[in-house]
Formats: sequence, structure tokens, C-alpha cells
Amino acid sequence: MQLNELAGRKGEAVDYQKLVFDYQPSADQAAPAPVRRPVAVIGAGPVGLSLAIDLAQRGVPVVVLDNDSTLSTGSRAICFAKRTLEIFDRLGCGDRMVAQGVSWNVGKVFLRDEEVYRFDLLPEAGHERPAFINLQQYVVEGHLVDRARALPLVDLRWRNEVVATEPHADHVVLTIATPDGDYRLEAEHVVACDGSRSALRRQLGLESQGRTFRDRFLIADVRMTHDAPAERWFWFDPAFHPNQSVLLHRQPEGVWRIDFQLGWDADPEHEKKPENILPRVKALLAHSPTLKDAPFTLEWASVYTFSCQRMARFRHGRVLFAGDAAHGVSPFGARGANSGIQDADNLGWKLAAVLAGRAPDALLDTYASEREAAADENIRHSTRSTDFITPKSAASRLFRDAVLALARTHPFARTLVNSGRLSTATTLHGSPLNTPDADAFDGAMVPGAAAADARVTRADGRDDWLLRQLGPGFTALVSAAGSTVDVLRGLDLTLLAIAPQGASMPGALVDRDGDVARRYDLRPGGVVLLRPDGHVCARWRRAMRGRVREAMARALGTPQGVSTCP
Amino acid sequence: MPLITTPNLESPDDFYEALIAAHERLGEAESHALNARLVLLLANHVGRLDVLREALAAARAGAVETPGS
Repeated sequence: MQLNELAGRKGEAVDYQKLVFDYQPSADQAAPAPVRRPVAVIGAGPVGLSLAIDLAQRGVPVVVLDNDSTLSTGSRAICFAKRTLEIFDRLGCGDRMVAQGVSWNVGKVFLRDEEVYRFDLLPEAGHERPAFINLQQYVVEGHLVDRARALPLVDLRWRNEVVATEPHADHVVLTIATPDGDYRLEAEHVVACDGSRSALRRQLGLESQGRTFRDRFLIADVRMTHDAPAERWFWFDPAFHPNQSVLLHRQPEGVWRIDFQLGWDADPEHEKKPENILPRVKALLAHSPTLKDAPFTLEWASVYTFSCQRMARFRHGRVLFAGDAAHGVSPFGARGANSGIQDADNLGWKLAAVLAGRAPDALLDTYASEREAAADENIRHSTRSTDFITPKSAASRLFRDAVLALARTHPFARTLVNSGRLSTATTLHGSPLNTPDADAFDGAMVPGAAAADARVTRADGRDDWLLRQLGPGFTALVSAAGSTVDVLRGLDLTLLAIAPQGASMPGALVDRDGDVARRYDLRPGGVVLLRPDGHVCARWRRAMRGRVREAMARALGTPQGVSTCP
Repeated sequence: MPLITTPNLESPDDFYEALIAAHERLGEAESHALNARLVLLLANHVGRLDVLREALAAARAGAVETPGS
């Protein structure tokens, strides 16, 4: 199927799992000498596609090379976090995913049959997006492909397998195998988004190192009719699967994800057989009064182990690594795909700025340093969860069981129950792109934080969301009171004047519920500066044009005081 | 606030007697489990991470590592 046929099918249900994209020869293959492109993205998974869309939206032509001709096989990643959805909104495909996905905020943890812990990942109102949606990875990829199709600058090449990578000082030469034979392509920058077994990583002789956990898990996606709340349910030692853990998640269209811990000694080939999976699922269903005897069919199953690992550096000259190629975590916490999409979000605007000559090459080093720190944070959370779910020593098991035993009666112990700390936006603490605070502020919107959403009323009187108003480049949130807006007029940024609750000022966004003022600690005269990826990079109690220009220059990695902005 | 290692127990002998009594008629595994629960309860009571880290280091100081573990 061609991409333009996908477009013609809008309105009817698309079975993304069954799509096969036709290989189409590119004119580059017939060129007498290798053609040079600004950016080649390797891998059309969620990370590669997100990056390609972002680059194209910023005016950068991008070639995407994928060794396959289908979307992901099986559901794989299913939990897409609030921050990811906000990024998808910016990429122009968030609405469709949220409409199709199952939104959820609440998780429950059971010890045997008893609920011992419950968490609400979004306990406050005033956010457009839920804490999570559950949606099969191939559906997410399908929407991303569909969005990419609408962008002429994205050149998506299926069945183009990179078989050799030759790095040079100012470009990379890729050898690409296709059904028509090999061809060579030059790219000024290559981004490897080719997954945990990254071929590019291997071709460059690089490694991703860390800990492999000695445990096996069975994923079974089953289709059944059952009307239970959309919540994440996690059992320690349930009667239907003693001494192990089980995780249950709801996906769209009556599909349920069940994740059974099996132990290290389990035989993956044996466990993968449907005749051995069905009794496990039946035992779970029999345990529930409402699900008992519910008919179901097996959609997809997989037995997996996992590692928490990362590459020592995400940048190797003109080759950058993102997503699973660069780092890996356990599935508990939904930090794999979600952190990969944050990688893409971090890299897109930086690559575009460097290619346009608006920022020095060194800006790309901050992609590596910011996302390496984020990977460390994700690995730390993931490792802690895994140590709790799969204790690796007698003492670790002893304390895990003690926590669970106390959790039944003592509220404090529930805070120690760790069935996965779920993905949130990484705050880029200590980034060289941040301008440290010179004034005192309250709240979570410190330099490095991903911008929080809030309800606003637009100048035309319609209600909307703050994050929908951010510009493609830098954005300044400015208190509309006083002369601050005039001070910043004409700078190369999107100026959002915020009028207080109940007030109405020409051209300003009204802070309908006071959430902008509260979440950003924005007071009259104040300014919060956001980077093109929506992370806070500076804030002041009193706006000064020079300071804002300096902060933008710093966030672009340019030497202090030398601003390229007007 | 550093970890208190000078005498601070209200009634040392009564505490010690109660500690041993709490383990009466328990097998080794149950005793270990009790100790683990006790550590967690007391840790929550202390609350402060720096104090707890000091206590962990002080407790670890006397430990002899088993080769290969």
C-alpha cells in the first residue's frame, strides 16, 4: 500500500497492523554520485517518525530509512504519557491518538487479593491531556506515518536497510540495501532511531551497557468484552499466579494487556505456546467475579527479558542516537517509548537551528548531555522498580515482603510499594542551556522543566489550552499587566501576554482559572521563557529585553552576550 | 541533625528485653521478617534521609563481606 492510499482511507477504520508499505525506488539510487541530504533518520518507529515530523515542520528536509515495510509487530509499547501526548499535539497528531486511546490516571496495587496502594497520576484539573493513554504501538506509528505523509519534506523510504556507516568530519556516508540493490547516500547528520539492537550502533563498534535482569515475563494481549474501569492494576503474589507479579492494562477495542512474571527458570518457547498461555489467562479471569467465564481470544503474546542500559555517549560526531538505540529500561514505568519521544523532541529544534546556521554545532552536544541525564533518571527509576518486583537477593526479598506486609495496615509503607514509577517529563536540571534564577520563585516550573498546561481564554473569547498557544520557536509567557509586553516586542519569539483571571486586555490570553499564575508563579512584571521544545529555560520577576535576548542566545548554545536575534 | 549514637534510650534494659521478647517462639525466617518490618517502621519514624544514611553506614561498618556475594 502506498502512503497516498492511506490518506484516501480516512474516515474508515484502518487496520494498521495489516498495512504493508510498498517499496518505491528513490531517484537518489540512480544518481551517479551519492546525493547529500541534511538529515537521515534511521528507523521509522515512534522515535524516528516523531523526529522526522518535527524536522519537516521546522523546514528541514529529512530522509527516513526503514529496513522493513510494516509497522511494529504486536502491541509492544502501549502506554503513552502526558508529555508524549503534548509533543504529539505539537506534531499535529495528538487529537487522533487521544480520541482512539484509552485515557487513564489511576493505578492500583494489590497484594494477593487486597488493594494496598493506589495512585492518581493527575490529581488536579486544568490539563488538556490525561496522565496516560493506552494505545497499541502500531496505531501510534500509523498516525505518525499518516502525519508524515502530509509533509512534503519527509522522504520515507521502506525496505531501505543501512548496511554500512562511514563517518566523516562533516557528513556520514550510508550504504543502503534495497530490493533494487545497494546505493550510497550522504547525510550531514544521521540520527539512529533503530531500536535496542541498533544496527548503526553495531556498525560503529559502539555498545549500550548496563544490567540485564534475571527474570522472564509473558505479555499476553487478549480480546474480551468486559467493562472495567480504565486503570492500571498490578498484583503482587495473586492467588491466580502465586509468588509472581501480574500487570493488567486496558487497550482500545476490548483488548487487554496482561503481563505475567514467570521467573528466570521459565522456558520461553514453552510459555509462548497458546495452550500454555490460555490457562494463565483463564486463572486470572476466574479470579474476578465479573470476568469469570468471559470468552476471550489471544491477540498477541511474547516472552521477554530486559536490561537497563545506555550508551556512554549519545553523540558520536555526525551520528546521534535516540530512543532504544541509545538507552533501555524495563517496561515497568512506561519509560521506553516515552523517553525516546522526548529524545526526538529535544533534538528536532536543535538540529534545525544548527542546520539553519542559527546555532553552533555545540548545541547538539547538549542534546546528548540533556538526554543522557534523562536516561540516567529513567534507568534509576526503572532499576528501583525492577529490584522491588524482582528482588535479586535474599535481603532484598525480605524487605520487599516486609513492605508489602506493612502496607496492608500502615499508610507509610504504601509509599515504598514500587510497581513502576510512571513516566513524567524529565526536568533538565543543570542544563547549560538554562539561565539560573536570579530571583526567588515557587512552584515546579524551574529552569529545565517541561511547560505545564493550563486553561486559557483566547483573545477571540474562545477557551483553549496554554500549550496550544506556544510558538514554533521560543515563547515568552508575560504578565499582561504593566509595560512588560512592550519591552519584549520585536524579539524573535512568540509573545503570550497573560491577563489575570477575570480581566480582559486586548490581545492577551486570560488565565481563566489562575493556573498559569499559580503553576509558573507568574506575577505582574514577570516573564517565563520557553525553548522551542517547551522547556522553561529562564524566568524573571522583571522583564528586561537584554536579559531575554541573552537567555535565548544561551539556550541556542551561543557564547554569552552574542545574540543572533534582533 | 546527625545520628544520635550517645545514650538516648529511655530505659535500655526494658527496651532490650522487649526486643528479645518480640522474637519469642519465632523461627529464623520469621525473626528476619520481623526485623525487616521493624527497620521499616523505625525508618519512617526517623524520616530524614541523611540520618538514615548515617545509620546504614554505621550498621554496615561492622559487616564482613562474604566472598562471591
